[in-house]
Amino acid sequence: MKPHRRRRLSIVLFLFIGGLTTVLITIFALANYINHFYLPDQVVSGDVPIERTIRAGGFVKTGSVVRDSTGLGVTFDITDRVSSTFSVRFEGILPSLFREDKGTVVVGRLNADGVFDATRVLAKHDENYEPPELKGMVEQVDP
Amino acid sequence: MKFLPLWMQRLASPQYFFLDIKVWIVWLYVLGVVGLLVGSIWGLAFVPPERLQGNSFRIMFVHVPVAIFAQIVYISIAVAGVVHLVWKLKMADVYMAAAAPVGFWLTALALGSGMIWGMPTWGTPWEWDARIVTTFILLILYLGLIVLRQVIPNPARATTALSILAIVGAINIPIIKYSVVWFETLHQPASIELFGDISIDKIYRIPLFTNIASVFILTAGIILANMRYVTILRNASKNWVQPWIQGRNR
Repeated sequence: MKPHRRRRLSIVLFLFIGGLTTVLITIFALANYINHFYLPDQVVSGDVPIERTIRAGGFVKTGSVVRDSTGLGVTFDITDRVSSTFSVRFEGILPSLFREDKGTVVVGRLNADGVFDATRVLAKHDENYEPPELKGMVEQVDP
Repeated sequence: MKFLPLWMQRLASPQYFFLDIKVWIVWLYVLGVVGLLVGSIWGLAFVPPERLQGNSFRIMFVHVPVAIFAQIVYISIAVAGVVHLVWKLKMADVYMAAAAPVGFWLTALALGSGMIWGMPTWGTPWEWDARIVTTFILLILYLGLIVLRQVIPNPARATTALSILAIVGAINIPIIKYSVVWFETLHQPASIELFGDISIDKIYRIPLFTNIASVFILTAGIILANMRYVTILRNASKNWVQPWIQGRNR
């Protein structure tokens, strides 16, 4: 490679790698702001603002979904499947993908009692795509 | 350049590129459209609905291919930017001019199909999560690549500015890729890893990979056709272009 081209190539590479490093350091420093929702352990440990609109997410705890006998009200727990769990109160229509043991993101306010008053409930879906016939087989394999 | 075979060296010259590439474009269009029809009809009608999402997951057969190539086209533009800055190849600039609008529309399709997919599954078309925001930034970068050429009157300076924007903007690509790994997002993690597992059932892979290949072929065809168009515009004063402008040749 001719010297002037080698010089230009190294400037270009420096531009890219330097820029990438700068941006990566910045976004990791700002990770708390870039994360789309708070995790259950942050909600439980009091790391989130009270009575302000926030987003929190996790898995819907199996067996925790209780619907009101009248109206659209529903109560359920969100867990990180490890140790932290908090309760959510919501009045409205849940998305069709909202399932027990599946991911969800709730938007609303955490009140002083530690109950999350949700104004919106979103469903996360995972990266696995399976036809319905396999469902029985998967459940047999799981203990 | 000396290590390349002669037919590839010819493609670096605008005139020979213009003449040689025409027959490729027709075949790429035919193959791309047929493949896209086969893959899409297969994916819409001949695979079972997904066990949780039902039929709404079928938009994946459009969303995943266009999202992949929205990013790959940007990488290719950044590489062309490097080639322009270092080797000053004329065709690198032609490539950047031709590929930017194609990448813009691929990104717009990825965002649009993602919004349509999000409504029934997430319960919202748009959330400002890291994956969606970085993809939106990609759209703005493409817009920048298109607009910058028009606001800088001097073509040589415009190309240099474009190349720098393309290279600096490429920083966004690894962030799009790993946004779902590094941060909490509404968007799910990747289903296809180049050197890893594919968490998509085998019966869905045939239409998906058919469509990924078809979008690649069609994207290549459209970019080459655009390059032909840009080439003839840029060389309008050259003798070999005159018969094409006057319509004596097709």
